[in-house]
Amino acid sequence: MPRVVVDVVLKPEISDPQGQAVLGALGRLGHDSVRSVRQGKHFVLEVDGTPDEAELKQIAETLLANPVIEDVELHLPKD
Amino acid sequence: MRIGVITFPGSLDDVDAARAVRLAGGEPVALWHGDHDLKDVDAVVLPGGFSYGDYLRAGAIAARSPLMQDVVAAAHGGLPVLGICNGFQVLCEAGLLPGALTRNSHLHFRNRDQLLRVERADTAWTSDYAEGQQILIPVKNGEGRYVAADADLDRLEGENRVVFRYVEGNPNGSSRDIAGVTSANGRVVGLMPHPEHAVEDLTGPSTDGLGFFTSVLKAVVSA
Repeated sequence: MPRVVVDVVLKPEISDPQGQAVLGALGRLGHDSVRSVRQGKHFVLEVDGTPDEAELKQIAETLLANPVIEDVELHLPKD
Repeated sequence: MRIGVITFPGSLDDVDAARAVRLAGGEPVALWHGDHDLKDVDAVVLPGGFSYGDYLRAGAIAARSPLMQDVVAAAHGGLPVLGICNGFQVLCEAGLLPGALTRNSHLHFRNRDQLLRVERADTAWTSDYAEGQQILIPVKNGEGRYVAADADLDRLEGENRVVFRYVEGNPNGSSRDIAGVTSANGRVVGLMPHPEHAVEDLTGPSTDGLGFFTSVLKAVVSA
C-alpha cells in the first residue's frame, strides 16, 4: 500500500520552547556542536490506490498543519 | 435567553460555564459536538478542557467536529460565540479568530489568579465592563501562548481587535501580552483565562467573570 509522509515544523519566526529544551539537554550531555533544534511532527499515511496529490496536499495543509504557525512538507512515494 | 454550552469529548469546564450562564440570568442549553443541532440558542460558549486529548494540536480536532460547522456558519451570521481556554483554541483552529495558541514559553502548566485589562468594552461579551478596567480571573493552561506573524499582529492591533491583555505578568509568553481577541464584528470573543471560574465569592478570586455572561444577554436582546 502506498505510504505518504507529511512533515510539519513550526515556522522559523515562531519560537519553539520544546526544541530549545532539547537543545539545553544536548548541551548538558556534552553535544556542543548542535547549534539549534526545531521539534516537529511526522505523519505516515497509508492510502488506497494511487495517491491523489491534490487531496493529500489539502489534508496536509488544512488538518495536519496549522498554516498560521506551521510549515508542511508532503513526500509522495517514488515510483 | 438560551445560551448553548458545547461539550466535546474531553471538555472539563462545561458545567461551570452553564452555571455562570444561570447565575447571570440566562438559560444554559447543553449542546453536543457530534450533533448538527444548535437548538435555537441565542449565543454559544465553547468551554475549557482538553477536547480530544489535545491530540494533533489543542482544539484542532474539535474544530472539525459536526456541530462546529454549524457554529461557524451561525457566527458568520452574527451569533455571539465565546471561546474560553480550549474553546479559544478551537475558535482559532476553526478560523473564526486569528492567530494560534502554542506551548507556553516556559513549558510549565500555569495555574493562578490573573489580572487582565479590558481593552474593548463594546463586544457582545464585554459590554458590562469599562474600557481600561482591570479584572481578576483564573488562568490555567499549558498551551496558551498567543502567536501570529508580526504583520498579522500589527493588523489586529490596527483593527483594535485585542479585547484583553495580561497585566502584572504574562503567564505564558503570549505575543504583546494578548489574552483575548475578537472577530471583526465584535460578536466572537476568545480568551485563555476563565471568567466562568470567577462568578461566586465562595469558589473564585472575584466575581469579575460574571460580566461576560450578563453582557451577552444584552447583546442578544439588542440584536
